[in-house]
Amino acid sequence: MRKTGIDPTGSGTGDRRSGLMGKIFFYAALALVLVSGLIFAPAESKLAIHPMDQFNVKALFGDNISWYTPTNVTLWMALAVTAVFALLVLGSSRRAIVPGRAQSVAELAYGFIYKMVEDVAGKDGVKFFPYIMTLFMFIVMANFLGLLPMSFTTTSHIAVTAILAGLVFFTVTIVGFVKNGAGFLGLFWVSSAPLALRPILAIIELISYFVRPVSHSIRLAGNVMAGHAVLKVFAGFAGALGLFSFLPIFAITAVYALEVLVAFIQAYVFTILTCVYLKDALHPSH
Amino acid sequence: MEGDIAQLGQFIGAGLAAIGSGAAAIGVGHVAGNFLAGALRNPSAAAGQTATLFIGIAFAEALGIFSFLVALLLMFAV
Repeated sequence: MRKTGIDPTGSGTGDRRSGLMGKIFFYAALALVLVSGLIFAPAESKLAIHPMDQFNVKALFGDNISWYTPTNVTLWMALAVTAVFALLVLGSSRRAIVPGRAQSVAELAYGFIYKMVEDVAGKDGVKFFPYIMTLFMFIVMANFLGLLPMSFTTTSHIAVTAILAGLVFFTVTIVGFVKNGAGFLGLFWVSSAPLALRPILAIIELISYFVRPVSHSIRLAGNVMAGHAVLKVFAGFAGALGLFSFLPIFAITAVYALEVLVAFIQAYVFTILTCVYLKDALHPSH
Repeated sequence: MEGDIAQLGQFIGAGLAAIGSGAAAIGVGHVAGNFLAGALRNPSAAAGQTATLFIGIAFAEALGIFSFLVALLLMFAV
């Protein structure tokens, strides 16, 4: 025993009790998994779950889908927006001097994005902070909500991320031309390179500029979709392993932890690349 | 029979495109490893460069994602 004296807060017993509870919970979960593996083990081994089925767009009511039909995509997008609203507006509405949990997270997110915009895009990029903050909060909430079991990940669809990335692309291009006029084309004319090399570099720069929205959107959608497909593939192994169907749970736990990390990092990368593109538009000289 | 051979080509092409993902993994590892090597030499300068780290990783990853896109196109669009 590390502490032998009287513990005034009683945290020692609380720790011991929660440790015991944790052990009981672990063994109960293990027993449940084993028993369910015994009961539900399929007679013949097969991959029961198709890993891409989770990305199907379905109408919430009825079958036919037109442009105004509420589908699972629109539902989870609306939930993501609601979650952002709950965190940022309701969470910080009390304006406490000593912030609570929701207010701390809201202030942390605000400060994090503000510093990123200021550092990467520069002082004159700060007026685009609301747009970038909106992008980040929507993507991060959509990613995290997509990690809930039985939920739908809206950012796994290229249709969704392509709109986000396309809006960034058009915004940045228009801002670049409005701010700098024809000087924005200096972005493609690398003045530090030898003169003979500049036309070739201009072509490469032009291609890389127009590939931006493609890589920008597919990076997010591809990462999220691949991660969720991996989770489902491991879940499908459970059907093939019969009695040992509890084994993939450990792999799924590890992959899930990785997915939580990826969900945040991809939102971060999307946002920081937006800042980089914005910096290019505001200061196009190479 | 011809359709089967076309499908075979799709699958082989998608598998070959998957090699690109592994190459992107090498690139990302290279970026992160070099960042760590530099950060351990001068830890005080490391904090200011994490944004650059992520931008570098994102650019390295973009090319792997193009190969992933090629695989997806072969599997579902062609």
